[in-house]
Amino acid sequence: MARRMRVRNHKVVLNRSAGGDAGITALLVVLGILMFIPMYFSVMTSLKPLDELWIFPPKFYVINPTFKNYADLFRLMNTSWVPFSRYIFNTVLITVAGTFGNLCLGSLAAYALSKIPFPGRKTIFQMIVLSLMFVSTVTGIANFITFSLLGLIDNLLAIILPACCSTLGLYLMKQFMDSSVSNEALESARLDGAGEFRVFWSIAMPMVKPAWLTLIVYSFQGLWNTGSSVYIQSEQLKTFNYAIQQILSAGIVRAGASTAAMVIMMIVPVTVFIVSQSNIIETMASSGMKD
Amino acid sequence: MSQNTAVKERKAKPVARKDMSKAQWTLKEMKKHKAGYIMIAPFFILFFVFTVVPVFLSMILSFTSFNLLEWPKFIGLDNYIRLFLDDDIFLTAIQNTLIFAVVTGPVSYLLSLFVAWFINELPPKMRAFVTLIFYAPSIAGSMYQIFGIFFSSDRYGYVNGFLIEYNFITEPIQFFQNASYVMPLCIVVALWTSLGTTFLSFIAGLQIVDNSLYEAGALDGVKNRWQELWYITLPAMKEQLMFGAVMSITGSFGFGGIVTALAGFPSVDYCAWTIMHHLEDYGGQRFEVGYSSAIATILFLMMIGSNMLIKKLLSKVGQ
Repeated sequence: MARRMRVRNHKVVLNRSAGGDAGITALLVVLGILMFIPMYFSVMTSLKPLDELWIFPPKFYVINPTFKNYADLFRLMNTSWVPFSRYIFNTVLITVAGTFGNLCLGSLAAYALSKIPFPGRKTIFQMIVLSLMFVSTVTGIANFITFSLLGLIDNLLAIILPACCSTLGLYLMKQFMDSSVSNEALESARLDGAGEFRVFWSIAMPMVKPAWLTLIVYSFQGLWNTGSSVYIQSEQLKTFNYAIQQILSAGIVRAGASTAAMVIMMIVPVTVFIVSQSNIIETMASSGMKD
Repeated sequence: MSQNTAVKERKAKPVARKDMSKAQWTLKEMKKHKAGYIMIAPFFILFFVFTVVPVFLSMILSFTSFNLLEWPKFIGLDNYIRLFLDDDIFLTAIQNTLIFAVVTGPVSYLLSLFVAWFINELPPKMRAFVTLIFYAPSIAGSMYQIFGIFFSSDRYGYVNGFLIEYNFITEPIQFFQNASYVMPLCIVVALWTSLGTTFLSFIAGLQIVDNSLYEAGALDGVKNRWQELWYITLPAMKEQLMFGAVMSITGSFGFGGIVTALAGFPSVDYCAWTIMHHLEDYGGQRFEVGYSSAIATILFLMMIGSNMLIKKLLSKVGQ
């Protein structure tokens, strides 16, 4: 048996048939290409000059790449009656405020749930797990009523406040604290007379940096893509993604500008993910759900 | 003076839980850990107002007739009766939602698991790159709308262009105007965007399975990679499987936006109309709050129900 043990990527790999390896590699390559094609086409199409966009049949590659579509996109943006910078400002404001709020409230709550044995924390955590099981569309109508009562209709707070209490990042951070922050370290600080806030800030928080980053990335991805919302009616409070959707809705006629818009919307979250990938995977290692 | 010492002595004596009633013990613990309440309060207040209250409010309002202008009027089960007996479009919506969930949920879950499993043996740099290729579509925002250009109904759409060029068809196919194409296409696009959190969680879960388990498995006679997956790997990452299932199920009910963007609102003959669309129609556009609350309640119960069901099924893994 030991004769057949092999080491791959610092791990012992057992009982692998060569045929299986080849089959799996082939399948992975095919799937990878299928996943990649739409992205590839968006980028290619966004770089095609006008005459190449209408070649029949369409080409897989660009002959004379140009940034003219991106220039067109910005020209189209400037024809909107609300200055385009306003849409971008709204998206940045929502994203920064919502992410910051979610980070503050979420990490405090995660610490309390993970490290302070107060009565009722199990119930609260179960509610949080339950909240991961349904999409927020369900709460939309009731929230519309709440926002009307609070006078928050047509106010960006209607988007920011619910984002502050989003639960996925909190859940991941709590699980990460359970598995990687030892109670002994916290206990010795408490014996030295440090209050809970001090223990939280100077001992627990520095140990869960990957989880912070994961929470930030998740919150960011959600908020960056905020489109039209029933809570927001004024044009000057609409978001960047909403404006992009208006351009996309013209369909294939504006294929060049549309794909340029898609590429711009995509680049930001994908770059954020590339930078934070190893931290997110580290956080996900403790994402498991106990029953 | 002596009294004081007595008090001190009583205080110093450790208090065991059995000396008190449950309520007294809880109260004492609550006081001792009051910092916990202070820390969770800001989050919990918002969570309660924007997530907990709305679920119950929807359930209550679903028994009323309410248009946001007049005070809600209690009408018992009328909304539910109307939904199931009088509203043909709602029945189509339930059917489409179930088709969507039953296809995209399990397929995206298994795809996440197998792709994560396949790439687990790649060297780290390579693995990070392949992870990016598979994960990127799920965070690429409105990138999926490129499929609208692929399947555009004129001959400049890529698919029609190639089908005409190679003489499979003579007239362009109206992909998003033809009821028999809309659902399958939307499902394919939904799957393309579906390798998200579940996928990342599986990649991480596979990396932390203890190496000694594999060595022990080999000695116990595990013959091939499939046995290894079923008897060693999956049981070791059961908690990840559970979390992934929750993410996939929730996701599989949330693809309404893709349908709207590609097939329009409403889609041709309501062929891809889901409960989400019905909710948006009655809640966001007609402001029939009572009726749409009933729809929201049904959607909520469907999602929680399927999560519970899958939890039961997953407890059988590795047995």
